[in-house]
Amino acid sequence: MSWITGVGLTPYGRLEGRSTVDLMSEAATAALADAGLERRDIDGLICGYSTTLPHLMLSTVFAEHFGLHPHYAHAIQLGGATGCAMGMLAHLLVESGVAKNILVVAGENRLTGQTRDAAIQTLAQVGHPVYEVPLGPTIPAYYGLVASRYMHERGVSEEDLAELAVLMRRHALMHPGAQFKQPITVADVMASKPIAAPLKILDCCPVSDGGAAFVVSRERTGETGVRIIGAGQAHTHQHISAAPSLTRFGAAESVERARTAAGIALRDIRYAAIYDSFTITLTILLEEIGLCGRGEAGSRARDGYFDHDGELPLNTHGGLLSYGHCGVAGAMAHLVEAHRQMTGRAESRQAKDASLTLLHGDGGVLSSHASLFLERVR
Amino acid sequence: MNPESRNEAADWTRGGEAVVYQTCADCGTAWYFRRDFCPTCGGGHVTDRQASGRGTVHAASLVTRAPSEDLRALAPYLIVLVDAEEGFRMMAHGDRSLKIGDPVTVRFVRFADRLLPYFDPST
Ligand SMILES: [Zn+2]
Repeated sequence: MSWITGVGLTPYGRLEGRSTVDLMSEAATAALADAGLERRDIDGLICGYSTTLPHLMLSTVFAEHFGLHPHYAHAIQLGGATGCAMGMLAHLLVESGVAKNILVVAGENRLTGQTRDAAIQTLAQVGHPVYEVPLGPTIPAYYGLVASRYMHERGVSEEDLAELAVLMRRHALMHPGAQFKQPITVADVMASKPIAAPLKILDCCPVSDGGAAFVVSRERTGETGVRIIGAGQAHTHQHISAAPSLTRFGAAESVERARTAAGIALRDIRYAAIYDSFTITLTILLEEIGLCGRGEAGSRARDGYFDHDGELPLNTHGGLLSYGHCGVAGAMAHLVEAHRQMTGRAESRQAKDASLTLLHGDGGVLSSHASLFLERVR
Repeated sequence: MNPESRNEAADWTRGGEAVVYQTCADCGTAWYFRRDFCPTCGGGHVTDRQASGRGTVHAASLVTRAPSEDLRALAPYLIVLVDAEEGFRMMAHGDRSLKIGDPVTVRFVRFADRLLPYFDPST
């Protein structure tokens, strides 16, 4: 058994003058305070990567900087799946007795630490260096290809995709830390600048600065416990040219592994934290996992099903699309928000019963999948 | 080029006007990304083959926001995934009129210091 005993999150957006380790430190400090733990209590450290601080040993760079002397340290790289995968690793390490309190932390000045071209080019390198990257695709282009096929086969429209951007923005307006503060409509999304058809700029998450952290512990510390009850992964390909399918990915398989470990039914979940790098990503993941029917994600979003007071609240902080995306910490904000919902600390966004949560992240081009189920224990 | 020559085939990634794929003599798998063994069965009886250049559009995205200054000269450009008739899938550029399901034929366009595969509608 493992417990998420504390969470920390910075605002996302333009945070001038702060480095990767600054943002990691800020989030880690908040997570330790939330857990009621001191640096000396932390015997395990897991972190991700940073495109503005590429390093062979990011975990020990951070341990030295922050003042930790862990028994176990590890940096992992699975693109957008890293946050959930770090949670899974921490869960397994705590369960196996390797560590008592593991700090999981990420941060990056992805927006202000480099030029926009540099950020876009770095990210495009998830493509094949010989057979894809020379053609000039971008991350939005890889997902634009997926979107074209998914929409063709599943009867999803651009307006359906736009509903998810509108939903995430509606949620972000209720969170003071979100990058975007202005409401948008479906018409705004449809009229926004083309990036990689059918994706327009409001279908794409922004580039942000920010940091997030959480602590996974053997013993619970707070009044309301949140425990990890199941975790799973699935990896089907790296490059979109080599994907087995453009309409079915590893998401369902990953969630099924986690669900089996948790011993619960999918219909029992009361809160969903699902990766949303693009509107098509969120659409495919919701529909493939089975949180709504095929082709239904847009209409469910429009009808309030995924609102904080709807039947299945989803990414109530605004997700990557509107809270912001600073790399590994991007999806960890979903976990932080889930924890706040489960412990009744989501303020005006509070869902009525976030007792059981599914978290799911994908990395690459829907290549790597990682899933976690969290349960509230009073 | 001899369609059965091994390993030194000059395809578009090496400056030649050709699309080259590989097949496994043991299990019959055809694939695109070059390697010395079969990704399906692990067998080492691998043959390089020159593709016909004919296929069908599987997916398409018009890229308006290019990733770098040099590629901005080409934008907007259509990126396609094409299912080659030999049974592998590849990424390329394509004519902006192309739609999913269209039959296509490859040609090669020179851009800066490289060749790019470019699909036109089959006539
Ligand atoms: Zn084989």
